[in-house]
Amino acid sequence: MKKMHFVILTLTLLFFCATPLAFAGKLVIKGSTTVLPIAQKVAEAYMKENPDTSISISGGGSGNGIKAIIDGTTDIADSSRFIKDKEVKLAMEKGTYPVPFRVAYDCIVPIVHPSNPVKNLTMDQLKAIYKGEVKDWKEVGGPNKKIVVISRDTSSGTYEVWEGKVMKKERVYPGALLQASNGAVAQAVAKNKYAVGYIGFGYLNKDVKALTVNSVTGSSATTLDGTFPISRPLFMFTQGWPEGDIVKFLNYVLRPDKGQKLVGEAGFVPLY
Amino acid sequence: MANIRQIKDRGMNITFFCIATASITILFTISVFLFVEGLPIFKVVSVKNFIFGTYWYPTSDPPDFGIFPMIIGSLVVTILSAAISIPLGVMTAVYLAEIATVKIRELVKPIVELLAALPSVVIGFFGMVIVAPFLQNILDISTGLNIFNASLMLAFMSVPTICSISEDAIYSVPANLKEASLALGATHLETIARVILPASISGISTAIILGMSRAVGETMVVLMVAGGAAMVPSSIFDPARPMPASIAAEMAEAPFRGDHYYALFATGIVLFVFTFIFNIVAEHIAHKYRQVGEASL
Repeated sequence: MKKMHFVILTLTLLFFCATPLAFAGKLVIKGSTTVLPIAQKVAEAYMKENPDTSISISGGGSGNGIKAIIDGTTDIADSSRFIKDKEVKLAMEKGTYPVPFRVAYDCIVPIVHPSNPVKNLTMDQLKAIYKGEVKDWKEVGGPNKKIVVISRDTSSGTYEVWEGKVMKKERVYPGALLQASNGAVAQAVAKNKYAVGYIGFGYLNKDVKALTVNSVTGSSATTLDGTFPISRPLFMFTQGWPEGDIVKFLNYVLRPDKGQKLVGEAGFVPLY
Repeated sequence: MANIRQIKDRGMNITFFCIATASITILFTISVFLFVEGLPIFKVVSVKNFIFGTYWYPTSDPPDFGIFPMIIGSLVVTILSAAISIPLGVMTAVYLAEIATVKIRELVKPIVELLAALPSVVIGFFGMVIVAPFLQNILDISTGLNIFNASLMLAFMSVPTICSISEDAIYSVPANLKEASLALGATHLETIARVILPASISGISTAIILGMSRAVGETMVVLMVAGGAAMVPSSIFDPARPMPASIAAEMAEAPFRGDHYYALFATGIVLFVFTFIFNIVAEHIAHKYRQVGEASL
């Protein structure tokens, strides 16, 4: 019996000693749900290579992430937009200096069925289609058929880009079909000859045809040089210039053979 | 000694009481949670505007939280799927219980019940990849992801429930009722229509309501197949967005405890009220038409 007690005691002590060690390198990442998949993929790979670091990741949106970095409740804030003037002012008042790191680009490409003769749409045409003003393909140089408009659920980052860049804050009309993921939009467009949808660049496949926008093809190159209109940079913010585990993690994110490779796998455009 | 036996007995009673109340407690906790998380939305939008509002733009600025198109979507899909699944399910049940030989019955019944074992995501995928393009081509409509397709898929899912429970009800009609009817000179058809069905109406109604409440709460199929347009449909070939699809599509990325999050939970409350009403109706019908003895026919 005594031996048993001893074992239990030792184990308990060991557990308590081990706990602080295991959380020695602890990183908290918070913010945009668009950047979330990148953060998750990179963090998984990072933790595999650095088992003594534990990273906790949560969403909550860009606004919440930047608020958390200003308040100091997170180490890294994910954001799908640049910091706003109002937020910079707030940070200054609190004496903190958020530092932005560009980690990837988001590029959203409009797609149609491969049999659709339409090859290019202008931003205005896309907007009119998604507002429900243009209802027929023949109005934009296609067959005499009703356009089936496919959109994303309103809380997705992809929808956010579309709403910001194409719709210019106007609303997608309620008759648009809803699909809950990039993959589902691609699937629905591949099965419908008269559908139009939009997906992240990384989800393009041979069953759908990517349209050029304002005659610009959506690709890594056109996204990075800024000519493709439906794209935006994605950021990670730190409080002040990063040090220690934070800088190590950010370097990992930016390494072409590590983090940036995973950025591509997550369906985004890598920086290099 | 008797004392120990009594204590044992008491112990057993308490144990079983606890087990029996566990599920009630869980249900109660979930409902409380649902209301706690859903009700705050009514500080932002009135109940009337929430239920009868026709615009659902939860993330735009200012947001609109109107779930009327979703409620209509749920109702239309459920009613249409009931219109398909009730005749199919009940007639299959009548055939299996009354007309089929024992051999066929033993072969067909497990197969019909196996249909219930199909995961809903498989049915949804079938509807999306096979049925939708088929409907598009055959009917020359703009999209196959519509109310009709969703109702058809939901009907597949509720047929096994309806068939299986109705069949049990029909089968358990006392044989002497049937024999008496036949002895009075009624044909087999007349016996089924005038004696067997009325005698088992309580069981059949329960079956139908259970099948329908499965359809109204089903999420994966409507998310994949109904199209998801948040507008009041004008025909059964228009896309619609039933309530569960709306919740499933948006919940994952709605900011925790934001207005959008509350609105989705409030949609859940409406859905809960719907299934609750369904169950009460089922209970009521089952009670009212309960077959008490043979004299009440």
